[in-house]
Amino acid sequence: MSITVYVPCDSGAISLGADRVATAIARQAQQRGIAIDLIRNGSRGMYWLEPMVEVVTEAGRIAYGPVQSTDVEELFNADFLHGGVHKLALGLTEELDYLKKQQRLTFARAGKTDPVSLDDYVAHDGYQGLKNALAMPPADIVKAVTDSGLRGRGGAAFPTGIKWNTVLNTPSDQKYIVCNADEGDSGTFSDRMIMEGDPFVLVEGMTIAGLAVGATRGYIYLRVEYPHAHKALNTAIDKAYQAGYLGDNILGDGRSFHLEVRLGAGAYVCGEETSLMESLEGKRGLVRFKPPLPAIKGLFGQPTVVNNVISLASVPIILDKGGDYYRDFGMGRSRGTLPLQLAGNIKHAGLVELAFGLTLRELLYDFGGGSASGKPIKAVQVGGPLGAYLPESQFDTPLDYEAFAAVWAVLGHGGVVAFDDSVDMAAMAKYSMEFCAIESCGKCTPCRIGSTRGYEVMDDIMQGRDLDKNIALLRSLCDTLLNGSLCALGGMTPYPVLSALNHFPEDFGLSPVANEKANAA
Amino acid sequence: MLSTVQEIITALKDKPGALLPILHGIQDALGYIPADSVPVIAKALNLSRAEVHGVISFYHYFRDTPPGKHTIHLCRAESCQSMGAGKLEEHVKSKLGIAFHETTEDGQFSLEPVYCLGNCACSPAMQIDHDIYGRVSAATFDSIINELGETA
Repeated sequence: MSITVYVPCDSGAISLGADRVATAIARQAQQRGIAIDLIRNGSRGMYWLEPMVEVVTEAGRIAYGPVQSTDVEELFNADFLHGGVHKLALGLTEELDYLKKQQRLTFARAGKTDPVSLDDYVAHDGYQGLKNALAMPPADIVKAVTDSGLRGRGGAAFPTGIKWNTVLNTPSDQKYIVCNADEGDSGTFSDRMIMEGDPFVLVEGMTIAGLAVGATRGYIYLRVEYPHAHKALNTAIDKAYQAGYLGDNILGDGRSFHLEVRLGAGAYVCGEETSLMESLEGKRGLVRFKPPLPAIKGLFGQPTVVNNVISLASVPIILDKGGDYYRDFGMGRSRGTLPLQLAGNIKHAGLVELAFGLTLRELLYDFGGGSASGKPIKAVQVGGPLGAYLPESQFDTPLDYEAFAAVWAVLGHGGVVAFDDSVDMAAMAKYSMEFCAIESCGKCTPCRIGSTRGYEVMDDIMQGRDLDKNIALLRSLCDTLLNGSLCALGGMTPYPVLSALNHFPEDFGLSPVANEKANAA
Repeated sequence: MLSTVQEIITALKDKPGALLPILHGIQDALGYIPADSVPVIAKALNLSRAEVHGVISFYHYFRDTPPGKHTIHLCRAESCQSMGAGKLEEHVKSKLGIAFHETTEDGQFSLEPVYCLGNCACSPAMQIDHDIYGRVSAATFDSIINELGETA
């Protein structure tokens, strides 16, 4: 009987040599005349152990990592195919602390299965949610999602069920489901991981959304920087069509849903939902005024659900196990789980899916193991490039939408980027303004001009020129951006800038006391 | 060259919102979007040349000049910065002797900034053509570049 070996096809694992490892394993097995079944799985999300190879044994799956192609011959010599002892052996995968402490609902299958095998997907509870949804009236599907308490995982945290309900109740011959897979925030990669590691769950979630609101067509707007996700999604969509999970007669039920992947072209602002729809329509990604809401007048002027990848990928388990099951995880008004992404200067970077409520400190130290450099963690940016920087004094904030809002920060898409004490926070603030200037769509003046002026002012501040005057000007600019911008790009760039200034005034050449006074004034 | 453009347009022009798929098709085939394809696209989609040009120039990914043999996308975003992307950027620019948006004189390498490759758990990251690299150091960058340069 052949032995099953897993080597991830996740692009992060590939970036560390997983393809070379897979080739080396296949070659060694062939040379030694050993029959193996080499499966390319998704990543388990423990990137310091990638490429992580798993072998199926009678005791369960045993992990080895991080494996380089040069280790492969030695692993065979140590009989790793039967769980042999080797310095890279990590034990049973499921028993690894980092994984064992998690609550994986959305990522239940990721890393376990062959991402593009429909059989594997179905064998691991896949398409149970769709089967339930097919037997329910549309309003009941929407109700299940509303009851689950699911809020938009893209960052804005708007209740998904309410959005769906608006589309359901807006009559139209054509409605659309649009998946926002333009995951441009630095420090976030959960969308990429689920699309590469379990693409069918997104396809299923979108199909359920279509049934719920009466939409027959869906688009996944995927960033061009994700070629591996593109391939995985297209393969999954092809297989779903062939097996009757997509098309004009879903599982013989008579209803239809068609799905297509469209590529973005490197514009960060197209992660904003109205800009994304302009782009899908073949135009410059200029932000639209709201209202009308996309749920009433969205893509091609029709009622449209626009949801993030993780929101839609969380729908199948809600329809499988019920809204209550999902709602029972979490705290306060943040229900369910959030796939957090630990990145930057952190020892154990990776994906941590947990119910809301853990503190940032627990995430950084219990999971992350502190900084990668071994120096103290000085600041953490949560929620992408438009998220605030949190100083050590705020590390006990629970990971919860409202708790973050209370300290003028955002949880956003759950990306957490750690910086050690070598970081210059004034330089980070300057970068935020520069990024906004580069990525601004140009439609509204505060963002288009404010960001460029902000960059120039930060340059003056860093040169120590007219500090008092320029700090006041920076605050005034931020006020205009915050209150006058059309979308979150200009509207939230002040979060990283002002949080850096308020928490780390010494990096701006100010004494902490003087800054506090100015801040209070 | 224009016959390739015409074939791509014919295959894709009836899709809803066809312009981005067409531009991707052309750039995939030719490496860039030649100026003389703009009026052809405009005519097929019943758009003005200004509208097509406006879309090409809006998106960072689309280019209107031929790229080098290999395109390097170096990440400048926060996560990579926290792991030394700034120093790596200096090294890459001096090693190649070019700035962002430029191509080496021998036509081997084009250098573009990118704002996140989604490889933030393995920072700093870069992409060369379709291959992604994580935990890139000055030394690993040099060995990758030297290897690619030799196979020219």
